[in-house]
Formats: sequence, C-alpha cells, structure tokens
Amino acid sequence: MRKIVLGVVALLALSVVSLFIGVIDLRPAALLQDPAALQLIAVSRAPRLFAVLITGASLAVAGTVLQMLVRNRFVEPMTVGSGEGAALGILLVTLFAPAASLFAKIAMASATAFASTAGFLLIARRLPPTQPYMVALVGLVYGGVIGAAVTFVAYQNDLLQMIGVWVTGEFSGVLRGRYETLWLAAIAAVLCFVAADQFSILGLGHAASINLGLNYRQVMLFGLLAVSLVSALTVVSVGIIPFVGLIVPNIVSRMMGDNLRRTLPVIAMMGAGLVLVADIVARVLRYPFEMPSATVLGVVGAAVFIWLLYRPARHAP
Amino acid sequence: MHRRRLIVLAVLFVASAVAYMTVGARGNWGFVLEFRGAKLAALCLVAVALSTSTVLFQTITQNRILTPSIMGFDELFVLIVAMGVFVFGMTDYLVVTSWVQFVVSLVLMTGASLLLFGTLLLQERPDLMRMILTGLVLTVLFRSLRTLLVRMLDPNEFSVVQVSSYARFHQIETGLLAIAAATIGAALVGAWVMRHRLDVLSLGRQAAINLGEDVRRGTLQVLFLIGVLVSVATALVGPTAFLGLLVVSIAHVVTPTGRHAVLLVSAALISGTTLVGGQAVLERVFGLVTPLTVVIDLAGGALFLVLVMRGLRR
Amino acid sequence: MISVTGVSHELGGSTVLHDIELEIPKGKVTALIGPNGAGKSTLLSLIARLARHRTGRIMVDELEVGVCASNTLARRLAILPQSSEIAPRLTIEELVAFGRYPHHLGRPGKHDREKIAEALALFDLDPLAQRTLDTVSGGQRQRALLAMIFAQDTDYMLLDEPLNNLDIAASRSLMALLQRLAREHGRTVVIVLHDINYACAYADHIVTMKGGRIGPQGDATTLVDGRLMHEIFATDAAVHRIGGRTFVGV
Repeated sequence: MRKIVLGVVALLALSVVSLFIGVIDLRPAALLQDPAALQLIAVSRAPRLFAVLITGASLAVAGTVLQMLVRNRFVEPMTVGSGEGAALGILLVTLFAPAASLFAKIAMASATAFASTAGFLLIARRLPPTQPYMVALVGLVYGGVIGAAVTFVAYQNDLLQMIGVWVTGEFSGVLRGRYETLWLAAIAAVLCFVAADQFSILGLGHAASINLGLNYRQVMLFGLLAVSLVSALTVVSVGIIPFVGLIVPNIVSRMMGDNLRRTLPVIAMMGAGLVLVADIVARVLRYPFEMPSATVLGVVGAAVFIWLLYRPARHAP
Repeated sequence: MHRRRLIVLAVLFVASAVAYMTVGARGNWGFVLEFRGAKLAALCLVAVALSTSTVLFQTITQNRILTPSIMGFDELFVLIVAMGVFVFGMTDYLVVTSWVQFVVSLVLMTGASLLLFGTLLLQERPDLMRMILTGLVLTVLFRSLRTLLVRMLDPNEFSVVQVSSYARFHQIETGLLAIAAATIGAALVGAWVMRHRLDVLSLGRQAAINLGEDVRRGTLQVLFLIGVLVSVATALVGPTAFLGLLVVSIAHVVTPTGRHAVLLVSAALISGTTLVGGQAVLERVFGLVTPLTVVIDLAGGALFLVLVMRGLRR
Repeated sequence: MISVTGVSHELGGSTVLHDIELEIPKGKVTALIGPNGAGKSTLLSLIARLARHRTGRIMVDELEVGVCASNTLARRLAILPQSSEIAPRLTIEELVAFGRYPHHLGRPGKHDREKIAEALALFDLDPLAQRTLDTVSGGQRQRALLAMIFAQDTDYMLLDEPLNNLDIAASRSLMALLQRLAREHGRTVVIVLHDINYACAYADHIVTMKGGRIGPQGDATTLVDGRLMHEIFATDAAVHRIGGRTFVGV
C-alpha cells in the first residue's frame, strides 16, 4: 500500500514538472501574475500532460487485456498489428475521403485496428501454447507485413511523409481542441477495469472460463474492442507508442501477480508514469528541440524487453 | 547434381541483367551503359552478399527462418555509421561516402557482430524462438538509437531518417564500388573455401564435433564473414529486411540440397535475378516509385509467416 | 584403451560426475548401465568432447581429449548421441557420406565411396538411400545415423542408447554387429544401455554407474546378480542364470 501511495506522489510530482518544461519559459510563480501563463497551461501544457497520462495508462491496460486474450506475455497492441491496422485506417480515409471528420477517421482506424487484431488472434490460436516466443514473433512479423502494406500504398500516393508524421509517436502536436477524443481511450480503460475479473478468468483459458460460467465469446469480443479502440485512438491522436503495453504489464505481474482487479490500477499508473518520463526526457534531451517520445521509449523499452527475455526464469513465462 | 537447374538460373539472371541494361534506354548508348552498368554491378554485389550472408547464418543456426537482417545486423551497421558521425563528426550520417569511413565502420561492425551475436549463438542451450524475438527487438533498439542520434545531431531532420530506413536500390552509392567489390570478393572466397566445413556445421553441434569440426571456431569465422558481407551490402543500399529470407527460401525449393557448393551458387543467382529483374520491372516497366524493398518486405514477411506456421506442423 | 582419470563435472551448479576413474578395455564391447541420472550420457559426451571436461584427464590411446586436434580424434573415435537433431532435408546417402568427412575433408575418393556403399548395405539402407530424413520412420533414421558412425570407420565407437526406436529384430542385429566388429575387427564399442538383458547378452564387459560415480564393473556373464540390481537400481528384480546366460526378470 505504501508503495502505491509513493507511486501516486511520484506521478503527481512528475506531472507538475512536465507542466513547466517547454520552449516558452514558464515559472510556477508566473501563474499567479501573468494571465498569458495560465493561457499557455490551458491551451498547450495541460492538454499535453493529459494526453501523455491517458496514452500511457490506456496502452498499459490494453496491453494487459491483450495478453490475457492471447494468453501470452510477449505481445502488445503495437507489436501485433493493432497499431499498424489503425495506421491503415487513417491512410484509407485520407485516400478516399480526405475531407472526413476526425470522428470518421477514428471510426475507420478503430475498425481496421479491430480487423487486424482479430486476424492476429485467429493466427495466434493456431500456435502451440508451449511456444510462448513464437506467438510474439508471429505478431511482430504480422504487424510488419501490415506496416509494409501501409508503406507501399503511402509511397505510391506520395503520402509517406504524412503517414510518417501520423504514426511517429510524439506529443508536441497536442493542443486544446485536438486531443479530447483521447478521453474515450480513458473510458475504455476504465471499462476494462470494471471487467477485470472476467479478463483474469479469460487468462486461465477456454476450458476454465467455461467451467466458471463465463460468456467466453462475449468477454473476448469486449476485450478485442477495447484493445482496438485504445490503439486506434492513440495512433490517431499521438501516433504509435511502442513497448508500454508490453513491459508495464510484465513488470507489474512480476511484482504483484495476475489478479487484474488488484493490478490494473497499478498498471495504469505505471504506464502513465513511463510515458510521462519518456516525454520529459524527449523534451530535455536536446533542449529546445524535441525528440519523439516513441523513439525514447523504443530505446528504453527494447532494452527492458531483452532483459525480460533473458532474466533468470523464476517461473515459466 | 542440380546442374541443369543451376544453368537455368544462370540464364534467367543474365536475361534480367540484359533487360535492366537495355529496356527503356534512350539516347547516348555509351552513357547509358556506363551509368546503368555501375548500378547493375552494385546490385549484383548486394545480391550475392545478401544471399551468401543469409545462407551462412542459416547454416550456423541450423534453421531456415533466421536471417542476418531479421536478427538486426543491418540496423546495427546503420547505427554504427550514425555513431561514427556522432563521435567523429563525419559529415554525412546517412550514407557512407569516403572509404575511410567505410573501413572504420566495417571494422567496428565485424567486431560488434562477433561480440553480440557470438554470445547469442554460442549459448549453452539456444532457444530458437527466443533468439528470433531478440533479433527483432534488437532491430527496434538499433533503429530507435539511430533515430535518436540523428535527431540529436540535427533536430530538424525528419524525412531523411524516415527514408533511410528502406534500402535504396535506385540510388546506390556507386562511389564505393571498387572497395566494396574487393571486400565482398574476399569474403566470398572465404565462404567458398569453407564450403565443405559449412556442410558439416549445418548438421548441428554434436554431429559436427563428432566429425572433427571445431564448432566454436567455425561459428565465429562464419559470423566474421557475415559481418563483412552485411556491412558492405548495407553501406551500398541500406537495410534490406526480408530480401535474404525470400531468396534463400526460394533457393531451398529450387535446389533442395545440404551442399553449400550448390546452395551458395543457386541462392546468389536467384538473389541477383530477383534484385536486378525486380528493379528493372519496377523502375522501367511499371514506373513505380515505391522502393523494391517495400514490395519485398510485403512478400518476404508473408513468406516468413507461412514458413513459421508450416514449420509447426512438422 | 580409453582411460579416464580424476574427471568431475558440473551441470547447472550441481555435480553430476564425481572424480571418475575408469579404464575401458580395447577391442571389446563395454556396456554402461545404471539408473536415470547416473551420469552415463555425460561421461560419454565428455569422452567424445561434446562437452568440455574441466578437471582430470581423458586419454584415447595416446590422444588426450581436449588437447589433440578435433579432426584427429574424429578419425579415432565416433559418437552417436542420444538425440541428434539433424537437418531433415538430407538424403540418407548424403548423411551416411558425412561419416567420411574426417578422412577426406570434402573431397571424397574411391575408398570413401566404397565405405559409404558398405555402410548402406550393412544397415539395409540401400532401398532408402535417396529418401530424405524427414520422410523415414524413427527406426530407419536411427539406422541411418548408425551407418554414418560406421562409415566413419573409427577404432572407438561410443553409442548412447542406440536401441531407442529400434524393434527387437533391428536391436538384435545391431548388437550382433557390434559384437562382430569387436571380435573380428578389434573395434572398441562403448554403449549405454537401458535394457540390462541386452547388456548381459551381447557385451563383454559391464560398467555400472550410480549418482555420478562408477559402481561395480566386470565380466558381463557374471557381474549382474540380485545384489547388484538392488545396489545400483534399487529394485529387487530376480536374476536367473539359464544355460550360462544371465536374465533379469521384469
């Protein structure tokens, strides 16, 4: 319990720090005197902070849910085609209905993310559960193939740059009025928490779920929807943020086990914290320029992932 | 054995080379031949380097799924080039231009790949799937590190980083042709001299030791050759992702054999035909702007999935 | 003669061989028996340099294992490990041909081809010669591996449970062949066997192992009795002697 309180405090402290980092110099004292400072917070800094926190938390939760659906620890939405699926949706909308509203884009991205995630689940079901790495591997390549398709179409239509900007995960573009749909992802994450017990049971497998009276298909479908929605919303709003959905659930599961009712809040908090730290690092590393947060996470996340792969096995993955 | 098939492959290769040189050529022939000739030579070098390094890697890992590209070799090289810029302040961080830079990167690359992949491959009990996963994650790690480095150097560069992630078969660094040819030539001779030992190494550790091969030494020698081959190919065109897997898988179908004397040649010819012919078709016939490598990624990735799924059923 | 002196070995932090002292006589079939986990396979793989021994000394005639060139040893000693994962797309003939590699290093001559043909014939593989390994049965695969070891034409042959996957006819003819190789050609065969009846029937010499140590050893016809079964295998199987031969009741 003390650790959790400590975590909340740390997250709050980091959030405050985050508010005061940026190209425009802003000191806490200025908030009391300068109306422009408040304006800056309201238009840019606070929306950015919310976007970071929601993205981190909802991706970590979506990662956990996906791991339960696939019953494999080495998958996450951004490595099994959900993220690339969302990018495909954005691309299709841009090609065929460039004037479509943001909501139309999100709807389309969610639909394609859903289709590609479902496709992965179908493949994953045919892989033997004794080969945990294989599932992750197939997911990575599956996502890569969808990504290559996106690149191909984008290249042919001279949209590579545009897709690149959409897809590279960074938060510098977040402003008031341009990120609010992300709150939907937050709602999806909360709904996942409500259904936490069902997902825990789903993680025990088909037979166990049926035995415990779970509506297996329904829970599966709900999980799939939640994962696709979170993926699509984050890709549309900030781009592909890698590894959060992978390493956070793994670390938390190592510390606290797999009872999602207990662990999901911690997972959400840690996800938010991780992305927040990455975003802060991305902003100060080459101040006043910004690196993409996704790149920072790519380095850190890959390193942690390799550690997860080669850590001395306490129990089978 | 497989002599006739090799001859057919050779004919196909020559045909695609001729097509590449002549289709759609207009105006001064002397200029066209010289201009295209240099590119053709570079494509052939890259093709044989890729096919050979892939065959070698599959031999020391005894499987048909792993390739140096999948394990992150080419991204490692690109990262090393970027690091060279970062440390020594070299001018152009996306392409290798001078031969000094080339040699320095080559040496660093072979050292790093021996260290990294040597440890990975000479583990007590290597788990194949875990190794592949490691490779894919290493690829992400190297690419992210490189992006970070490049953007640290020049925060406004964005598009260049994007584009440099794909192989550039249409704009090749022909300035390095001579030294590249010499290096690849030497590595190929090395591989050819080892061909019988490669046959034995592909049997697996225990069988190879029983037949008197020093598996550790052989693995390290082969890794050295792979490091050299991948460095040169990547220096010429950039990372190539699934090309190696694609052509070597085809080679296994066309000439199914464990003999490297046949396999190396057949894979090289198929690789050359795919690259040169594919480039000719893409550039001259369809006028596509998409790099060939994206098309190959699509096909190669799909093939990879099929191979993994089929491997399961055996 | 193979002589092992002062060899200990650790695997994953636990000692699996304790200060082994062993001499394996030349020109005989020696069976290595003992319960699961006794260290038989480990000992065999140390002798064949599949794993490196860190303490003690292993000599094969005048060659010291780990010191002499690997290729030299490959012409003197061959091993058939318990499970061999071998590239499935080789044909049986190609696999058997690899047995000659230590002799010709990639350039087979007339003598090599004769040896390969002899091995294929001996193990009844002629009709299967062009089939690939992934299309034959487990027993046929095992015979192909044995033929490869035979083609290697070494003075010493180490076989780790070669009867796995073989039916009774194939098992008996293999054991008879090994016996003949020892008696008529002076070859030395060391064989790990699970079925003690095969050891008693075909081996000249039996070495027992338990818990990483060498137990009683001696002549195959007299060594095994009720007390030994109790002491080594911790089971009270009846041992019968019928017509000068030993049978363990199961």
